[in-house]
Amino acid sequence: MRPDDRQYTKSHEWVKKDGDTVLIGITDHAVNELCSGNEGDLVYCDLPAVGRAVDAGETFGEIESVKAVADLNAPVSGEIVATNPEIEDHLEILSTDPWEKGWMVRLKPRTKSLDGELMSAAEYESHVAEH
Amino acid sequence: MQQTAIHDRHVALGARMTDFGGWRMPLQYGPILEEVKTVRSTGGLFDLGHMGRVRVEGPQAVEFLDRVCTARVERIPEGSIRYSLFCTESGDPLDDLLVYRDTDHVYLVVNASNTATDLAWMRQHLEGFDAQIIDETPTTEMLALQGQISQEVLQPLVEDCDLASIGYYKFGYGTVLGQEHTRISRTGYTGEDGFELYLPPELAPTVWDRLLEQGAERGLAPIGLGARDTLRLEAGMALYGHEIAEGLNPIEAGLSFGVSLHKSKSGTLGFDALTAIKAAPTRRLVGITTDGPRVPRQGYKLFDGDDEIGFVCSGGVSPTIDSNIGSAYVALGHDEVGRTLDLDVRGKRQACRVQELPFFSRTRK
Repeated sequence: MRPDDRQYTKSHEWVKKDGDTVLIGITDHAVNELCSGNEGDLVYCDLPAVGRAVDAGETFGEIESVKAVADLNAPVSGEIVATNPEIEDHLEILSTDPWEKGWMVRLKPRTKSLDGELMSAAEYESHVAEH
Repeated sequence: MQQTAIHDRHVALGARMTDFGGWRMPLQYGPILEEVKTVRSTGGLFDLGHMGRVRVEGPQAVEFLDRVCTARVERIPEGSIRYSLFCTESGDPLDDLLVYRDTDHVYLVVNASNTATDLAWMRQHLEGFDAQIIDETPTTEMLALQGQISQEVLQPLVEDCDLASIGYYKFGYGTVLGQEHTRISRTGYTGEDGFELYLPPELAPTVWDRLLEQGAERGLAPIGLGARDTLRLEAGMALYGHEIAEGLNPIEAGLSFGVSLHKSKSGTLGFDALTAIKAAPTRRLVGITTDGPRVPRQGYKLFDGDDEIGFVCSGGVSPTIDSNIGSAYVALGHDEVGRTLDLDVRGKRQACRVQELPFFSRTRK
């Protein structure tokens, strides 16, 4: 079971409340689709500029592996207030710890109740099983 | 999805499987880049059961093939192999293939994804020729052993055939684990020395196991389609659907060695169109390398200043030359080696440099 302290998107991002901001990352499933458990296969991650406003579902970055490029989509609307400085030079943390150290961006949500199309951990579990 | 005779071995080895050309195939057994390095440093074993295998026989087999193939089949010596294409009248490739000229038949190896199309197209043009087309894909299995250790690993399984006597792009027959008259060719899709074997499906898993046992100490490993794609791109070898396809002719792809424009081929399919292209090409397939982090991918556009002058066909990470690499069509005048171009990576520019293909060659140097 994946962490139930956060919510998930169909495109395999997670969003977790942290005070009045949220942390956003990608799931172990997303990482595994890109690199099949071989952390060295991840080659690049492009994160947005701090201050950028994004809408729920909007692409805010990209992650690339030896095999493919995937979009990073905003689970909720808001403003990017920070990005994880470790990611660019240490893509392997996305493999080793996608849930905590592997957070990608911190966002200040536009609305108090999160506005994206989000799933619980249990719902995400069945989403992954179906696809 | 079809499965090859080796399918259960892949699953048992923990391969990540993928659908490719209608077949369930191993994408990778471990990290793709490690698999590439293994083939370059020692050797790799590939299941090629998905490739189409077609026997053409009958009194006019060669005449028929000279009509549908771009190679000059009548001039291929017995026991030799040539690269060829099937092209339409407009010079558009339908597929590329290897042509094995044997004493009483010709054997073709075509791409999995095009096998059905190729067979239908050949049969459509067969009228008037005394020849038969036999699809042997379901009744045979194909394995490839690639890398510098190939000969020493394979020889102990083979009787009645000294592998050293089979030259590059030639084939012979030997007894493989008791199976007489097994076709063995010195061919491959990696830029390394190596062999391709044509086996009865029921024997293939045993040969697979024995080769892995035989080669284990020397570093032989099973290799998936992911690494195969990088290996062939490093070796500058075309892949249908990437460097050649409808609208991407073999002349500009640098595949003139597989296209005979000899006058004896006049009147054959695609001859006039390809002759015209040969006389006035507008672009060239080149290699590109980039120091930037992004990997060139099929469809990315290339710019020289503000001018769009080309596009990427294939791309990947090359552990062999330690760079991100790609193949690309570039308009003539912008294609000289060393020229810096801009790769448009999903809206962002990244510098790259034009290189001559191949990036790597052991067999052809």
